[in-house]
Amino acid sequence: MSVTDSPATAFPQARTCPYRPPAAYPELAARGPLARVRLYDGREVWAVTGHAEARALLTDPRISSDRQNPSFPAIVPRAEAQGERELPLIGVDDPRHARQRRMLIPAFGLKRIAAMRPWIQRTVDGLLDAMLAAGPGADLVSAYALPVPSMAICYLLGVPYADHDFFEGTSRELIGAQGPEEARAARDKFMGYFHGLIEEKERRLATAGGSGDGLLDELVAGPLADGRMDRDELVMIALLLLVAGHETTSNMISLGAYTLLEHPDQLAALRAEPALMAGAVEELLRLLSIADGLPRVALEDIECHGVTIRAGDGLLFPASVVNRDPAVYPDPDTLDVRRSARHHVAFGFGVHQCLGQNLARAELEIALTRLFARIPTLRLAVAPDEVPVKPAGTLQGLFALPVTW
Amino acid sequence: MRVSIDSGVCIGSGMCALTAPSVFDQDDDGFGLVRPGKEDGAGDPLVKEAARGCPVQAIATGD
Repeated sequence: MSVTDSPATAFPQARTCPYRPPAAYPELAARGPLARVRLYDGREVWAVTGHAEARALLTDPRISSDRQNPSFPAIVPRAEAQGERELPLIGVDDPRHARQRRMLIPAFGLKRIAAMRPWIQRTVDGLLDAMLAAGPGADLVSAYALPVPSMAICYLLGVPYADHDFFEGTSRELIGAQGPEEARAARDKFMGYFHGLIEEKERRLATAGGSGDGLLDELVAGPLADGRMDRDELVMIALLLLVAGHETTSNMISLGAYTLLEHPDQLAALRAEPALMAGAVEELLRLLSIADGLPRVALEDIECHGVTIRAGDGLLFPASVVNRDPAVYPDPDTLDVRRSARHHVAFGFGVHQCLGQNLARAELEIALTRLFARIPTLRLAVAPDEVPVKPAGTLQGLFALPVTW
Repeated sequence: MRVSIDSGVCIGSGMCALTAPSVFDQDDDGFGLVRPGKEDGAGDPLVKEAARGCPVQAIATGD
């Protein structure tokens, strides 16, 4: 049977085990590196599951991220609102994307992130102090996995953490929106908030107080003031960085902790040899692949592995399957903190690869190391299958993680 | 081997400096660079891995 004759699998589907792809996804890979999947609106698009093919297509300039292209696939109903406004960075192509990204790269460079590490460690230890004082027993998501990245991205951007109830709630409304109306309402709330915050930063810059020291302060004093960036663009960049900065890493911390608790031998190896943690973080990124279904659209006909991707066809990259390609990762379903998980696509690949990846690495390494060092008897407070898993979508994670010690 | 980075293409992912830190680093603005004196790859087998891992193929390893 040729690829195009195969019945299309519904996408996305919900995970049963939080660290494994939904049962139907591995069957996609069995159909070849490109398979047809069916979206909620009945549209069929390509799912790219082969590692080599995913890397080739994610770096192909004929593959576009432009969410304002009418042919751009909507993976969930809320995405129907995606074309209404330009989504900077992740939703535009070069050269526009490169212009925006290059203004942000310095703030996320290895040296700047390394300089943040002591702050991250103090923050993490403060949260653990509070959790220990209130325990035993906690929801690891709300007490730890969410506040760590939320505080870190606020610190980096120069957003007051005091507003976290607002932006964490609005972020949940945006990502959990059932349809475009809800997504639009959450987006507009965020835009109002950031317009206000940016005006406040401009006032501060104009007075004797001088500029604050967050990335948004730098962007207000530089690119906004000299016209390289317009106000709406800055507002949308701020929104994107804030949401992407806390939702993703939060899911990785909670899911990473859950996965290690479910693999006591691996956790014991990490405890015995803390130097393994940096590699373990890569392995967890590979195995968990929380951003599971990066969307793209083809601008021209492309031949790939014997199939023709037509101009206007949608494409999805289910990272949970790409990162389990047995040609690259032997025994791919097994968590092995000693393996070299190099070349995974958990952060994407190509020009859009995650801007905040090194901040995420630092947060994950410190948060997981300190969690198990400070609370050596940490364990789940419920049965593993009672942990509430996020529904089918493109961002996987846990709603809550009841733990005790 | 002649190792170089196309700074106009680099997106500052840091993959090169994380993969082969003896040869690659980042400048203060977060863009990749080849360490001075290591332009010949310093015999480090990880240079090829770093080139393969670069998300935008900005690293050239010509002979």
